[in-house]
Amino acid sequence: MPAPETSGLLDRHLSFIEALRGAGLSVSLAEDLDSVAALGAVGWSDRGHVRDVLAATLLKRQAQRTTFDALFDVYFPALVGDGVAGRTTDEAASADESGVRDNAAALQAFRDELAQALEGGDDQQLRRLAAQMVGTFGAMPGRGPGMSSWSAYTALQRVAPQELIDRIVAGLLGESGDGDGEVRLADARRLANRRVGAFTTMVEDDARRRIAEEKGPDHVADVAIRPSIDKLAFTAARRSDLEEMRRQIFPLARRLATRLTKEHHAHRRGSLDFRRTVRASIATGGVPLTTHHRPKRPHRTDLVVLCDVSGSVANFAQFTLLFVFALREVFQSMRAFTFIDHVHEVTEHLEPGADPVEVLEKLAAATSYAALWGRTNYGRAFTKFEQEHADALGPKTTLLILGDARSNYSDLEDATLRRLAGSVKRSYWLNPEPVSSWGAGDSAAKTYREIVSMIECRNLTQLEEFIHELAH
Amino acid sequence: MTWFSSPSQAAAQLTEAGYLADAATATTAFLAGALEKPLLLEGPAGVGKTELAKAVARATGAELVRLQCYEGLDEARALYEWNYKKQLLRIQAQTGSADGADWDQTHDDIFTEEFLLTRPLLTAIRRDEPTVLLIDEVDKTDIEVEGLLLEVLSDFQVTIPELGTVAATRRPYVVLTSNASRELSEAVKRRCLYLHLDYPDAEREREILQAQVPDLDDRIAEQLVATVGKLRDLELKKAPSIAESVDWARTLIALEIRDLDDKAITDTLGAVLKHASDQQRAVKELRLNRG
Repeated sequence: MPAPETSGLLDRHLSFIEALRGAGLSVSLAEDLDSVAALGAVGWSDRGHVRDVLAATLLKRQAQRTTFDALFDVYFPALVGDGVAGRTTDEAASADESGVRDNAAALQAFRDELAQALEGGDDQQLRRLAAQMVGTFGAMPGRGPGMSSWSAYTALQRVAPQELIDRIVAGLLGESGDGDGEVRLADARRLANRRVGAFTTMVEDDARRRIAEEKGPDHVADVAIRPSIDKLAFTAARRSDLEEMRRQIFPLARRLATRLTKEHHAHRRGSLDFRRTVRASIATGGVPLTTHHRPKRPHRTDLVVLCDVSGSVANFAQFTLLFVFALREVFQSMRAFTFIDHVHEVTEHLEPGADPVEVLEKLAAATSYAALWGRTNYGRAFTKFEQEHADALGPKTTLLILGDARSNYSDLEDATLRRLAGSVKRSYWLNPEPVSSWGAGDSAAKTYREIVSMIECRNLTQLEEFIHELAH
Repeated sequence: MTWFSSPSQAAAQLTEAGYLADAATATTAFLAGALEKPLLLEGPAGVGKTELAKAVARATGAELVRLQCYEGLDEARALYEWNYKKQLLRIQAQTGSADGADWDQTHDDIFTEEFLLTRPLLTAIRRDEPTVLLIDEVDKTDIEVEGLLLEVLSDFQVTIPELGTVAATRRPYVVLTSNASRELSEAVKRRCLYLHLDYPDAEREREILQAQVPDLDDRIAEQLVATVGKLRDLELKKAPSIAESVDWARTLIALEIRDLDDKAITDTLGAVLKHASDQQRAVKELRLNRG
């Protein structure tokens, strides 16, 4: 066995742990020691084993798995440079020398090959193609050694695997010819979409790996690793992230509901029930070993949600509405209104037991009713709400406003909001923007936060925490 | 005793015990034995978390001691309890006989093995034979019980004030399962190896189905796995688990359905999807013709 100080393995391992900590995973010294002990038991011979072992000892939450995998690939890459991919074909090698590997013909040929590979769905081949693609079409030559870089974005823009979907679908349909055409088309499309999505991830991984090789893993760990889904800001989410988040909503809500019932139970013990305690003590010879208590009356909240559904915050508003909707059994009653510059009630769409996908579709369709001119105007929305739906608010109500408080420099009508907030028990404002940008530009957060307590809510974790507080 | 000698050995032994483990599961199961650390399994309901513990017990010929967690579980039902009624009886019997009713004597008498009721945690620690201790659905307990587990999980010992500390003569293989309905405390997680079990890929699921339901013929197994895969891709409130696919396969056999066509799927959808809105969504998305 080589001495640890020469192999560099320990250093690599330590900087990997540092990177995990930097990415927000709390890895303790004890876990670090465990991982080394575990590697001693399993050995370093198989990369898959090493990953499983490190995951088992260092990782304690599934939400962090993507971060872990990305970092693992950066610090313990599966291949170096172009790997076998670049060297197998001598054609590529000769092109390398002349320096023109990247031209229109090469692009066309590569896209053909990729389309076939995606049809076949062979993981190994796709991974090889991803490496080739970044190497050929994603290279960003630098001014000197160590300055060059790779861009997954450029490579994806040029090869555009999304545009291959129709071809892949046609190829998949051509393979077998029985069954209902429409169903098979939908199946093939779903499969093609999934494969292209997986391929995109491979390309991103490969670009990260190459940059790590060039500039050192620590650099990549600092800049290129996206936060895990529960810490990802609503406003920074891509479409695939949004889908992932949507899948998270119901499990999250269920988890929160269990937590809430449990906490309610813990606080349930009321005053001593003397009669039942004495009755129970007879079994133990008159010694009251266990005491019995009267149940406490549960209190429940009437909730009125008023949410901005204009383009800039639509995602955030939808999530929060869905989340509150998923928890509706926790609340006594719930009414929801959406607005842009006009107010529209959407409570009817939030039927108990309704399908979340349909609810979202209906909410999106209802957006048009919330706008007259289409420019966000908080002042107008509050005035309209007071005129038309003032009956929704009562002394037991909790008012929840969702939005970024960017009102296009219109009249803020803060007096109206003050009246609304004064007529209810509690009022909160959830703002998806970071606190630092409140009040910047056309944001009226500074004015409104004096009337309603405004809370920053940028990701699922913060949302969960807030709803937890709210339901208490 | 070593539980498994290598990851591949673990995979082979688990397969023999009727549990098809993937590489990560086998490696982690091996590690839990080799490092003598508890194994925390997380994942959605019905992916075989409890089954893995049972399989480890079967594969290694150990006895399974199970602690089912629930809300309100306390020390008395997890660790040990003094048999109050018997103690009272003893005191009364002694006062009745009237000779030498010395308190010290009585005190020593009633806090002995005879009056101790051991509960799963203490039982597992005191056993001399190989033991697999399964702490099921640990997320259902209250936070206080986690504190109780800490001593057991890290040092494998239990302190009983009247008797002293009972240390394990032979460390049990500990498996904790959790549906992640609440986040466990860092202290518990730190002491455990962590493994997330998820829905298997199509090929492994088919193998599981064929192992669990031997009567199922290949073609229908393939159709079933494909359909379940499609259902998991939909946005459902509760995606079908492995346990539910197995149930579905048994249902099909009981009804003697030889071909899983649209009608058969629609008729038996209740075996895999348990929400009305999920069923409607499946019918719509898979374009099944109702009725």
